[in-house]
Amino acid sequence: MSGAAARPLPIVILGHVDHGKSTFVGRLLFETGSLPEGKLEAIRASSARRGMPFEWAFVLDAMQSERDQGVTIDTTQIRFRTALRPYVVIDAPGHKEFLKNMVTGAARAEAALLVVDAQEGVQEQSRRHGYLLHLLGIREIAVLVNKMDLVDYSAERFGAVAEDFRAYLAELGLEPRAIVPVSAREGDNLLRHSPRMPWYQGPPVVAVLDSFPYAALPVDRPLRMPVQDVYKFDQRRIVAGRIESGRLRVGDRVLFSPSNKTARIKTIEAWHVPEPPSEAVAGQSIGVTLDQPIFVERGEIMSHESDPPLLTNVFKARVFWLGERPLTIGSTYKLKLATSEATVTVEAIEKAIDTAELKPLPPERIERNGAGEIVLRSKRLLALDEFRANPRTGRFVLVEDYVPVGGGIVSMEGYPDQRQLVTVRASNISAVGHAVSRAARAARNGHKGGVLWFTGLSGAGKSTLALALERELFAKGYQVYVLDGDNIRGGLCRDLGFSPEDRAENIRRVGEVAALFADAGFIAISSFISPYRSDRQRAREAAGENFHEIYIKADLAVCEKRDPKGLYKRARKGEIKDFTGISAPYEAPENPELVVPTDELGLEDCLALLLRYVEEHFRL
Amino acid sequence: MDHLDALEAESIYILREAKAKLDKLAILWSLGKDSNVVIWLCKKAFFGHVPFPVLHVDTGKKFPEMYAFRDRYAKEWGLTFIRQECPPLEATDPGLPPAARAAARKTLGLKAALEKYGFEGLILGIRRDEEAIRAKERIFSPRDESGQWQLKDQPPEFWDQYMTSFPRGTHVRVHPILNWTELDVWKYTRREGIPVIELYFAKDGKRYRSLGDRDITFPVPSTADTLDAIIAELETTTIPERAGRAMDHEAEDSFERLRRAGYM
Repeated sequence: MSGAAARPLPIVILGHVDHGKSTFVGRLLFETGSLPEGKLEAIRASSARRGMPFEWAFVLDAMQSERDQGVTIDTTQIRFRTALRPYVVIDAPGHKEFLKNMVTGAARAEAALLVVDAQEGVQEQSRRHGYLLHLLGIREIAVLVNKMDLVDYSAERFGAVAEDFRAYLAELGLEPRAIVPVSAREGDNLLRHSPRMPWYQGPPVVAVLDSFPYAALPVDRPLRMPVQDVYKFDQRRIVAGRIESGRLRVGDRVLFSPSNKTARIKTIEAWHVPEPPSEAVAGQSIGVTLDQPIFVERGEIMSHESDPPLLTNVFKARVFWLGERPLTIGSTYKLKLATSEATVTVEAIEKAIDTAELKPLPPERIERNGAGEIVLRSKRLLALDEFRANPRTGRFVLVEDYVPVGGGIVSMEGYPDQRQLVTVRASNISAVGHAVSRAARAARNGHKGGVLWFTGLSGAGKSTLALALERELFAKGYQVYVLDGDNIRGGLCRDLGFSPEDRAENIRRVGEVAALFADAGFIAISSFISPYRSDRQRAREAAGENFHEIYIKADLAVCEKRDPKGLYKRARKGEIKDFTGISAPYEAPENPELVVPTDELGLEDCLALLLRYVEEHFRL
Repeated sequence: MDHLDALEAESIYILREAKAKLDKLAILWSLGKDSNVVIWLCKKAFFGHVPFPVLHVDTGKKFPEMYAFRDRYAKEWGLTFIRQECPPLEATDPGLPPAARAAARKTLGLKAALEKYGFEGLILGIRRDEEAIRAKERIFSPRDESGQWQLKDQPPEFWDQYMTSFPRGTHVRVHPILNWTELDVWKYTRREGIPVIELYFAKDGKRYRSLGDRDITFPVPSTADTLDAIIAELETTTIPERAGRAMDHEAEDSFERLRRAGYM
């Protein structure tokens, strides 16, 4: 039998309620000769018993509750076979309440058929389903304009509905493989061309189905194996997991993230195989032993050293929401990404989208069945990928009260990889004890050393205040020095650009230099936007005790109005990439030691505030 | 990777998720081809070990061949074996049709075992293609405190993320071969050389496609007397697998009622 060994292609049938999905599936099973023996007769008899005219949808309505309610309440799974290959149909419900079931079904599919009623045209759920397919990453789709018998097989009506839907899908970046006019009830254009629609030249439905390619396993992407567990059933210590992408060979040097540990693959373990494998690829559930007894645990991602996942505690995501309670700013959820779990907080909702109309909603909450773009923050570092780079480690589920309430895909737009925060390249250096103590330096200077870390938007007044403060403190006999773009970017950080990664590295170096100045007894005033909390935290750790985060605070609108260097104007025009506040985020301090509101106080008052603060905290 | 490799990898993934996330699990062993595959997949997932106790809920009415098979492989496979006897027919819901009532004994036996051993979850070898209602199952499927399946309000399940934490008192069913078909099970059995009960092979023009209690399970006409022949038969048949299971056919909703109340 041809295609006997082929894998069934999982497809999902979607559409607005009553647009004829179940009728279509019932009829398709009949047309392809896939109904179990006696099934049709049994259903006809049962319909007669109930005094109802037979309908093709009854083939699927195997459950009493469905018949009572008249809607498909959950995904079902039906198999059929064309001359080419077998299929699994996931018939997902069209009813709005059952979106979570639709997602459950559609996420397993490799291709989708969207059914639209020729009379009613594109409706709310048609669009919503299109949107979800796009978020679920399903790109192989076809549209069936159904019930053509009810519009007299009109080419004009078909053209209007097809055009409408094609335009909507195009907005999502989806292009259907075909748009087919059908009558599921009458069987038109299912298996072969219908004589009732001679004007339609495209392929019938079965030919469209057979043209969908199988989703390829991502064997050529970088290696990702999320650790599921570590077993010690016998003398072997086996790290188990499924390879989500890439390939792995015995002897490979691997890196575990976020713990940042490395080891070499000693063996690939397997039970009941002719010989132990030397290689494994994406899709396989495997186990490995390592050449070193390093401690790794569930949730880490194993990769090659050269191409690791990103590490971050903050990222952007596009989400769809299934929860009964809306997603709100400040809410906390359990995030599950591959095998890792973490507590995350919604830091911002950047967009809320009405998925039926693709209209923006006020970005205050994301309601059930809605979607949007949010910023999530976790307490600890997460290993992940951007969805577009690696879908399987770039998507996640949010859980509230035990139940999955949403799904999302990761974008790192505007956020740096934080891997350098944990990577200690020079580990063989030990600190040399200085003969001159901090206390001795402070005693001679009459004040303690420390760091005044100014942070704030461009135009908030950091440099103006830093230089004014330096002058005042110097006049009062303080050892003081300002670190700013002028003296850092020109030399120490000449090799760095303005990408999120380079900016993070720039701030890391400033933090280290500031710490050295502080150690030498100086008051180091650093004046950088330093938009990321993680970077400022690292500067704080470098300085040790006497670190003071000072928030030079002014509204974005105020800063943009001031625009001393004309940068905002250029950023708005798109001439400057990743400009903080415009096209890159600014993460305001959570608990700064001091806030200097330059949009409320004049320069003199701000300076007085700072001077008082220094006198209090640094004077011996 | 071929289709069987892909199914095997998914099932292993599910079993390992269950092991990592749930405490006190047992495998329900009906002695049939499906639960044998589940045990085999455990050995694959856990490198030759079966780290869960294996529970046989015994109606006392199985075929002698099934008992012989059980006693042999419980030992050979190194299983932690538990046998649980079912209560008498009188203990079941008299409102059910006769065969369904017989099947309901198993539900009661199962509940007794869960109570006695404190299992929080069960691993079962059910498949979506067996029965329309099983098609609606989740891979990780919670049951509430009374053991009821809320099939109208099941948790969403996507991107290989299963519901793996639960309020206290919830009982979980884990279905590692939910996405397999009958044909897949036989092809895998053949590929791996998994032992099977002789009753599946045709004798005198009949064979059992599905094994249950002696008195409510019937053989179907078949000449398939080898694994190859069974596979060839299934590639063309349109007769449903559970055609020989009386309880499925007494009323349209028999099976659904059994499932809601906790049947496998």
